[in-house]
Amino acid sequence: MSELFVDNLTARTVRGEGKVILKNLSLKIRGGEIHALMGPNGAGKSTLGYVLMGHPDYEIVSGRIMLDGKDISNLPPEERARRGLFLAYQQPVELQGVKISSFLRAAYNQMHPDEKMGVTDFYKMVRSYLKRVGLDESFLSRSVNDGFSGGEKKRLEILQMVVLRPKFVILDEIDSGLDVDALKLISEEIRAYHSESVAFLIITHYQRILKDIEPEFVHVLLNGTIAINGGVDVANSIEKEGYEWVRGVTVGS
Amino acid sequence: MEVRLEREKELEDLLGELKYASRSEFEFHDNSRPVYSTGKGLTRSVVEEISEIKKEPDWMRRLRLKAFEIFQKKKVPEWGPDLSGIDWENTTYYIKPDDRKTNDWEEVPQEIKDTFEKLGVPEMERKYLAGSVAQYDSEGVYHNLKKTWEDKGVIFMDLDSAVQRYPDVVKEYFCRAVPFTDNKFAALNGAVWSGGSFLYVPRGVHIDMPLQTYFRMNGESSGQFEHTIVIADEGSKAHYVEGCTAPIYDRNSLHSAIVEIYAKENSQVRYTSVQNWSKSVYNLPTKRAWVEKGAKMEWVGGSLGSKVTMLYPSSYLRGPYATTSNLNISLATSDTVKDTGAKAIHLAPHTNSRIIAKSLSVDNGLAIYRGLLRINKGALESKSFVQCDALLIDDNSQSITYPHDEVHEPTAQFAHEASVGRIGTEELTYMRSRGLSEDEASSMIVLGFLDDVMKEIPMEFAIEMNRLVRLEMSKFGAVG
Ligand SMILES: Nc1ncnc2c1ncn2[C@@H]1O[C@H](COP(=O)(O)OP(=O)(O)O)[C@@H](O)[C@H]1O
Ligand SMILES: [Mg+2]
Repeated sequence: MSELFVDNLTARTVRGEGKVILKNLSLKIRGGEIHALMGPNGAGKSTLGYVLMGHPDYEIVSGRIMLDGKDISNLPPEERARRGLFLAYQQPVELQGVKISSFLRAAYNQMHPDEKMGVTDFYKMVRSYLKRVGLDESFLSRSVNDGFSGGEKKRLEILQMVVLRPKFVILDEIDSGLDVDALKLISEEIRAYHSESVAFLIITHYQRILKDIEPEFVHVLLNGTIAINGGVDVANSIEKEGYEWVRGVTVGS
Repeated sequence: MEVRLEREKELEDLLGELKYASRSEFEFHDNSRPVYSTGKGLTRSVVEEISEIKKEPDWMRRLRLKAFEIFQKKKVPEWGPDLSGIDWENTTYYIKPDDRKTNDWEEVPQEIKDTFEKLGVPEMERKYLAGSVAQYDSEGVYHNLKKTWEDKGVIFMDLDSAVQRYPDVVKEYFCRAVPFTDNKFAALNGAVWSGGSFLYVPRGVHIDMPLQTYFRMNGESSGQFEHTIVIADEGSKAHYVEGCTAPIYDRNSLHSAIVEIYAKENSQVRYTSVQNWSKSVYNLPTKRAWVEKGAKMEWVGGSLGSKVTMLYPSSYLRGPYATTSNLNISLATSDTVKDTGAKAIHLAPHTNSRIIAKSLSVDNGLAIYRGLLRINKGALESKSFVQCDALLIDDNSQSITYPHDEVHEPTAQFAHEASVGRIGTEELTYMRSRGLSEDEASSMIVLGFLDDVMKEIPMEFAIEMNRLVRLEMSKFGAVG
């Protein structure tokens, strides 16, 4: 049973004056569930992804992050990854000179140390996924994200997800910068990957992708705090009335 | 594709398995006592003394004295790194470690032999080399050439021995490609040179194993001024390799070599040099090749150590279809400066040059690329390609590029490419969030950066490079 539990999390930046960005944030995502996290620009959505992943620019002030009942708050990013946590970056990082092929293989070996897959089988698997996310084979020998278009970067994030098979997946604005066809393809991959053993958190501020993916839970983040927990209806209201609606609801309640 | 992937895998495995000695292992002092030294400082009489000890022919003595005059007149170059730390007065310009020169490791004095054994030199010779010369402070103490090559007429020995045995040949080539009037440090070398190698490869002889010289500087505040001459006769082929190390001292030492390479018609010469001087050494050599018709000159260089290095190996493409390639990797570690580059001078039609310079800067290191490309009028259809890539390993490191092009031939083609990459927190965190450790992540970036030159540099060198970078990174804690 996979479970990602964010327990009353408050986090701030390490550098500068230590700005508190996330305030008393709680979330529980079980295997098989898809949660959407919405919110206006600057609400702290990406910061949540980074803090969950253990990015060194942020530190936890209080609260904890639990994976399958184990506290991972103090683990370095690589340990979290090895326990099945995966973040698709809103802005994937360019790694000049690091070939996608060797990068994927190194990552795979770290995440699945017990599986002894031969080089040939491994790349056979990777090639089949490449095709599905709409990248051609030549990408294997290119450097990670180096000189990629916005859309290609997103496809590569999804490729990493399907190849590495994480149990806890955070997708940060996987839909931004994609045209309609690409969005469709990516949504299909996400749906195909979705299973009882995978917990999904889909961060977006558009409602478009949610039509394809149909999350059961929708949360709205405002100023680092979850303002509303609900279902798809919340996403629909935001679509119609914008985030002003959320502010109205929370002030009123 | 698969082959390539396997190679990457191999490299990764090798990196994982090999636990490399830290640089401090090269930096040990030993207690060998020199049999003779000229004492501190440089005067005309010191120059004469050196010549006398070596019992040189008169022409060499006069050449030294002339070079000394030029040395006194020339100014320390001010267009590059700060050289004010050179202590001219307190430097010892000539240190003779022993009276003998031998071709048997057993006869090398114990302390000195131990040093070379620690550095792995005799073992290298047995395994990989066609011949080797070992120089300790100012003098070659050992030289040996495998009999097969000797029988084919190859000559390989320290230059002092060559002056005695082949004075006419040495006289013809000495300071011809690199005149001692070239710069202050070349003049200094002309005046006080000692040691270095002499390699002659006869017409049509292809030596398929490398020949190596290992330079070890041991004295504190000392200078090493070797002079190397390589002559590859028509249609011959050779690979000459140099390695250099020194202990670390509080006082600075000076290394100022001259290397002259004569690649005759249709010959092929590869010159590989890996310097891992300690951080108290000013490394200021002048290296130049004359490349004749149809000949091919390859410079492969790795500047890992030293306090300041200024080095721009030059190829003079003197005959049609002469080609040169220059592949240099510089590592600028904490508070050191690498001012390195290449020069290609196209003097004849259809000549070709290719320069690839890679630099890594870590922890306040400064890597400068300084290049000169000249294509003379009449060098029809000549081509040149220059690529400079820099990798910065933290926010305080720097890289600067100063290319300089003088193209006077309208039918010539030339292109420049440059890139700057970084191993910062963002890059490392991204890789770590895919399960890679920080070490694995940074070494993947370094290997990736070196990838296109990896095929052409010795594997040991690539690994050493990677190891040094990691060592430097771990020294100042977290990266970025
Ligand atoms: N490392 C940082 N240092 C300072 N401020 C930061 C840092 N990271 C994020 N912030 C700030 O925190 C707020 C939330 O940012 P972010 O999480 O990127 O929002 P979202 O993804 O919801 O658009 C913004 O005001 C942003 O400027
Ligand atoms: Mg964001």
